[in-house]
Amino acid sequence: MNHFAKRIIPCLDVKDGRVVKGVNFVGLQDAGDPVEVAKRYNIEGADEITFLDITASNENRDTIVEVVKSVAKEVFIPLTVGGGIRKLDDIYNLLNVGCDKVSINSSAVKNPNFVNEASKRFGSSTVVVAVDVKRVGDRHHVFINGGRVDTGKDAVEWIKEVRDRGAGEILLTSMDSDGTKNGFDLEITKMASELVDIPIIASGGAGNVEHIFDAFQSGADAALAASIFHFREIEIMELKEYLDKRGIAVRLEK
Amino acid sequence: MNLAILNYNMGNLASVINALRKVGVEATIEKNPDNILKYDKIILPGVGAFGDAMEHLTDIGMDRAIVEFANSGKYMLGICLGMQLLFEQSEEFGEHKGLGIISGEVRRFPKSELKIPHMGWNRIDEVHQNSIFKGVSNPYLYFVHSYFVDTEEKNVLGKTDYGIEFVSSVQKENIFGLQPHPEKSHENGLKILQNFINL
Repeated sequence: MNHFAKRIIPCLDVKDGRVVKGVNFVGLQDAGDPVEVAKRYNIEGADEITFLDITASNENRDTIVEVVKSVAKEVFIPLTVGGGIRKLDDIYNLLNVGCDKVSINSSAVKNPNFVNEASKRFGSSTVVVAVDVKRVGDRHHVFINGGRVDTGKDAVEWIKEVRDRGAGEILLTSMDSDGTKNGFDLEITKMASELVDIPIIASGGAGNVEHIFDAFQSGADAALAASIFHFREIEIMELKEYLDKRGIAVRLEK
Repeated sequence: MNLAILNYNMGNLASVINALRKVGVEATIEKNPDNILKYDKIILPGVGAFGDAMEHLTDIGMDRAIVEFANSGKYMLGICLGMQLLFEQSEEFGEHKGLGIISGEVRRFPKSELKIPHMGWNRIDEVHQNSIFKGVSNPYLYFVHSYFVDTEEKNVLGKTDYGIEFVSSVQKENIFGLQPHPEKSHENGLKILQNFINL
């Protein structure tokens, strides 16, 4: 019997080594401590944790390495870091302290060969390419700089290209849906899942458990969300029990 | 107890060290093949391609040292690629010879509608009971791989279903192998590592 589980991935926004969205956590000694937040997600049944480094200044870039190093001593599930990864050395430094995957976004658009180099050196399964998409007419375009800059690239073609360049996974974020809590962009999720043979992580728009069920029905292999988990609008275990009842394989044991 | 994690320049070892520390063992990272016989137990980790890994092992003479350790009767655990290396050969990027400690070969998942690599959480169904799975029953563990081992039934400890049923855990006398990453598999993985230490 097939038990291969769909993955639930909470995302933490980290700035200068501190979690910036998790301030509403109840019962945490220090809501801004990424180690405490990651530990809590781990205990609550997260299948992976993604850290999005939104540190603006260059001098604080290394803080994310310290964050991962501390988290990896306490949390034994896969850890992914995205944000600000530009060089092979950035990847090396993260993997070296216990990070499992890195997510590359703008750097891949600006220098597509970076995807080839990274996957050749560290293995495809280490390289996630984050693709931020927005509807433009009847197509989806790839956007960078947090959805502000339209690259003009067609999302479908870009996803296919990065897969051929060695990406092991696609983190697909709909900028139209992100923050709306009205559900994922199922159309692009379905298109991407049918297009490539690597896993698709659906992101942007999760507002309730049904939205996540819909994303999986549309072919996503994993669902990523930030605020609904941060603000405890959805408990990970309750979400998994719901998915299990609806016939989606999930890892129920904590 | 003296436990070494073999370092042969294939991927980071931080996660394995961290997980062992969590279960109370301070492991030594060992890259000198001349030293490995002095340990009570060794772990052969591995991330990357089979051919590259064998080349690294052979370059530093670690291949013979591992075979010697295996013959000593002391316990050894191969994780992911580290398990695959224990077998005779692999078809990953051409034919490559392995360590040949366990009979069998490494094959690619056949083409199907399922995605490759097999990346994520899946169960190991125990085929033979073993103390390495003490306290965990049909555990969910974290996998990342595109190839699997094909071996005789007598070497099989557990199997996993991913479109096909494949061998995800093996044992031959003192030699253990796990396709998933116990160091990334939360409590189940830590228990398995603890069980290996307790052998």
